[in-house]
Amino acid sequence: MNVLEVKNLRKTFEDNLVLNDLSLTVPDHTATVLIGASGSGKSTLLRCINLLDTIDDGSIYLDGKEISDPEINVDEVRRNLGMVFQSFNLFPHMSVLENITLSPIRVHKISKAQARDQAMTLLRRFDLADKADQYPDRLSGGQQQRVAIIRSIAVKPRLLLLDEVTSALDPVLVNEVLSIVRDLKADGMAMVLATHEMGFATQVADEVCFLKDGNIIERGPASQVISAPQQDETKDFLRRVHEAGRL
Amino acid sequence: MSNDSPARDNSGRALSWVPSERELERQASRKAISRKKALIATVSSVLVIGSLVRLVITSPGWKSVKETFFDVSYGSDVLGVVAKGLVVNIRLTIIAAILIGIFAMVLALLRTSRSAALTPFRFMATAYVDIFRGVPLLLVILLIGFGVPALRIEGLTNSVLILGTTAVVLTYSAYVAEVIRSGILSIHPSQRAAARSLGLSGPQTMRHVVLPQALKRVVPPLLNDLVALLKDTGLVSILGVTDAVRAAQIASSRTFNYTPYVTAAILFLLITIPLTRYTDRVLAKSIDRQNAQGAA
Repeated sequence: MNVLEVKNLRKTFEDNLVLNDLSLTVPDHTATVLIGASGSGKSTLLRCINLLDTIDDGSIYLDGKEISDPEINVDEVRRNLGMVFQSFNLFPHMSVLENITLSPIRVHKISKAQARDQAMTLLRRFDLADKADQYPDRLSGGQQQRVAIIRSIAVKPRLLLLDEVTSALDPVLVNEVLSIVRDLKADGMAMVLATHEMGFATQVADEVCFLKDGNIIERGPASQVISAPQQDETKDFLRRVHEAGRL
Repeated sequence: MSNDSPARDNSGRALSWVPSERELERQASRKAISRKKALIATVSSVLVIGSLVRLVITSPGWKSVKETFFDVSYGSDVLGVVAKGLVVNIRLTIIAAILIGIFAMVLALLRTSRSAALTPFRFMATAYVDIFRGVPLLLVILLIGFGVPALRIEGLTNSVLILGTTAVVLTYSAYVAEVIRSGILSIHPSQRAAARSLGLSGPQTMRHVVLPQALKRVVPPLLNDLVALLKDTGLVSILGVTDAVRAAQIASSRTFNYTPYVTAAILFLLITIPLTRYTDRVLAKSIDRQNAQGAA
């Protein structure tokens, strides 16, 4: 069973072709990792899947249902999708607990007490229980991003979208965020993630897709795409990543 | 913290230290510099303010101005009536502020909404704001205060107090709506994206994520508008409402002495200056908070 199917996706921003005839399939309980230079279309693909951007052509299916249909209720689609942003985007006027319970209470209509219990269970699991009543500006970047991940999974989404979740972090804080993602993967959460962390990509990816100019140039298991790339573009990209000391 | 244990930082390291000789020299020279600055400030203030005062009190008309504007005994005689008038201004301000808050919020939400069904109301709100920001408040007060009773619609009030307040509310709502709207627009789109991606609807995003942050940001400019509102309630005196300005006018026309106006001005200042100081403090705090957030 495929959680997500993207067929022949096309997206332009004015004169700029950002996604060009891109297709992607994500089976349940698997992680698909998008790699590629900035501007290759990774973030746009994630935003299109989450219906934050409107596509120009192609179609997107979530659990077999077409979500790129203009008639679809976008709020309902997003209830089944979790999204985590590079810049965390926690709500600064709410405590950690309020950030996490907002959607369960307001969108999923779960009782306050139950939403609180579920949030505390997640916070305890990821060692953040003591931060429940703190406001985001009192947390480190790593803690903020972990809260953002917990916020997105608190509604038990079918698919988690992670957009360069460690790019805004101090190197010593990266691992605490990646370890949550690893745990979620072990739980069987289906996910699509864009990342520049090749080592991490190798660990969690069931499939790695290398994007260039809005298309997937090479795809396959990490052992192939990252360790033994076939295409010249992929080799060139990985060589430059290696030179930057990120591999 | 008790006196026997020295102050410590967050990691428990002692904060007391013996300053180096160079540091002591620096502290001494900083002190000398600030003493010099204080001296310059004092001398320049005395010179500027002193010569202004001298200019006024040595002017040929000062003697008669002093009698007609600063007659202390007459001023204290009319203090009661003018203060009673000021109570009208304060009451009017409170009622108007509440109505303005509600109406301006509706206008701001209409102007920022994207709902198709609300399109005609969005246009109306925009036209409304354009019109009422462009017409002087005094004209609106005159038009409503004299125009509405002339319509002779049954059941509609002829009370100048209510009509005057209505005019103030109509005009101020346009201004305040724009302040609130600018607050809404100042919230970064990523906040909206985060809320929508959690499944919140447009109105839910506005209510739980955008508005709480936007309103916090516009508190200082709104307090400014409150000060202006209090002063502008004095304009309804033109309709015959016995507020502080009107009371002072009556008192001064009886004796041809203008001291009641000065009395009214002083009474307004007694309220507006603390309110302005408070606004400055709130603004400074709000800027600190936003800078802190930017750094985090």
